[in-house]
Amino acid sequence: MRIIALLKDIVDLDELRFDSSTRKPITEGVKHVISELDKRALEAAIRLKEKHGGEVLALSLGGPETKTVMLEALAMGADAAYIVDDEGLRGLDAYGTSKVLAAAIDKIGDYGLILCGEMSLDSLSAQVGLRVAELLGLPMVSYARELELVDDKRLRAVRDLEDVDEVVEVELPAVVSVVREINEPRIPTLMSIMRAKRKPTTMWDASAIGVDPDALKAERAVEILDVEAPLVERKRKIIEGETVEEKVERLVKALIDEGVLGV
Amino acid sequence: MSVLIYSEEPGLRLELLGKGRELADAMDSKLAALQIGNGNPEELIKYGADLVYVAEHPLLEEWSLEPYRSVLLRAVEEASPSVILIGATKRGKELAASLAASLGVGLLTECISLKLEDEKLIAERLTYGGSAIARVASLKKPHIATVPPRVFKRPEPAERTGEVLKLEVEPEKPKAEVVERRGKVREEVGLEEAEVIVAAGRGFKKQEDLKLLEELAEILGAKIGCTRPIAADYGWMKEWIGISGHKVRPKLYIAVGISGTVHHAAGIRDCGIIVAINSDENANIFNLADYGIVGDLYEVLPALTKALKERLKK
Ligand SMILES: Cc1cc2nc3c(=O)[nH]c(=O)nc-3n(C[C@H](O)[C@H](O)[C@H](O)COP(=O)(O)OP(=O)(O)OC[C@H]3O[C@@H](n4cnc5c(N)ncnc54)[C@H](O)[C@@H]3O)c2cc1C
Repeated sequence: MRIIALLKDIVDLDELRFDSSTRKPITEGVKHVISELDKRALEAAIRLKEKHGGEVLALSLGGPETKTVMLEALAMGADAAYIVDDEGLRGLDAYGTSKVLAAAIDKIGDYGLILCGEMSLDSLSAQVGLRVAELLGLPMVSYARELELVDDKRLRAVRDLEDVDEVVEVELPAVVSVVREINEPRIPTLMSIMRAKRKPTTMWDASAIGVDPDALKAERAVEILDVEAPLVERKRKIIEGETVEEKVERLVKALIDEGVLGV
Repeated sequence: MSVLIYSEEPGLRLELLGKGRELADAMDSKLAALQIGNGNPEELIKYGADLVYVAEHPLLEEWSLEPYRSVLLRAVEEASPSVILIGATKRGKELAASLAASLGVGLLTECISLKLEDEKLIAERLTYGGSAIARVASLKKPHIATVPPRVFKRPEPAERTGEVLKLEVEPEKPKAEVVERRGKVREEVGLEEAEVIVAAGRGFKKQEDLKLLEELAEILGAKIGCTRPIAADYGWMKEWIGISGHKVRPKLYIAVGISGTVHHAAGIRDCGIIVAINSDENANIFNLADYGIVGDLYEVLPALTKALKERLKK
């Protein structure tokens, strides 16, 4: 079976800093990575392939950094990468992004399963999987914590909801989004990184998949007005002391002075 | 023109009515609520609804996406809302995304503020993993937004009149078959209301070691919280603090053996004083804290508990 993993290229959130006066994010120079939940979706795809055979294709609507980012997906075990990159497709909203991804999936064709994270970790917007499913007319299984193929036409998943774990079965093809607890993604070995460089990567622009950037821009449904880090001032005092006892004494005193110990 | 709200969570439904009422008044329009299955529509009217659509059908007895979405689409047809608010539970989030996709409009997820401006719905929501706040605008009607629990205040109930309408529905069949539902134990831990919280991260080596934290909690009269891996991977506790868990605001928060990732940080931003205990002097938690002790929690915790015992017993 052909499994397509949808991977978003995002800035490494652990490295992202904010300008101290404007509180705007400083994204230049920050490393790009695969959004962690999408990486877990890819890991799930690779594990299914290891068990049942087939192929795993990694698909991303990206930018200039995506080719490098996708190397990790290939090193983890994806067989090929597909990158849609077009100046005219940068900065689309979830509506537009889903249309582009659905068009690319359509072009790849012959898929049995589409996997993605329950949300991307930068925008946290949690809608692309469902929108892609709707556009392709496929069933959607959200929040999967366990996945298993019943046969090559049927998938069983455990959905992680707040109050229940829901075990569902669905006919393939389907779109499935995964939660963090589904697995721990593997760390590629040096050997697999070397091999990844020889795996095929297909680059598509908008016309290659038959989407019109101007039309998508005109249909834009959501606009980001601005992004700012919230204003939080912390004292950031490291308490020094010769011994542990001395440090905790000083901490207790500081907390009493702050009036948070009720004494 | 109207505002339509839906949530399967009774408490959240009332919070949506509060915000929904405000938006409806701003547009001089009606506030409609959708109720699927049993419930008390009169109560929704007391909390601000002008109209309650009640949908009942055997296919709606248990949650599944397609039947619920088709009912919501029916309500949208009836109410022709310009704004739709949906409770951001996991079910609500998938419902909202699927609804937005079928209507071909935008969706603002997990909004922490909402207002109307020149026919647009403007919201604030977390972005960049929870480290920043984005101001976003929905440009197309109907505007759809999801709202997490406890963001908006529950309104005061009042004696009001409104209409209850039965919604004739023929729900779409679900595409996935539910084989089994395994209930989870949900604990009301009261983290949101706690005045003092002590929280554990992966710096704790084994579950038994949490005793050290419990002893500290007892002296402080604190509730105990943790990071997501402590709950979701190890199962040592049920609920966690952070972007995907509880957002807390105690006067005092003590983070023990917690590295301070953006995901955890998003849940503790509104705390009064934050104390961090971590053996790694470069741990990010020290950037998020007011006071930090660099040290091994297995030494610092007993010493801290002892010192507090002496001070607070007097
Ligand atoms: C979609 C998504 C949502 C998430 N949501 C949340 C969320 O809501 N809340 C959340 O918490 N996480 C969340 N996470 C997980 C998050 O990314 C981190 O994995 C998690 O917060 C790390 O937890 P931790 O600090 O306990 O562990 P680690 O990051 O492993 O940190 C352990 C810390 O303990 C310190 N330590 C070790 N030994 C000692 C010792 N003896 N004494 C003192 N210190 C010691 C180490 O120096 C280290 O800093 C989410 C992840 C994803 C992908």
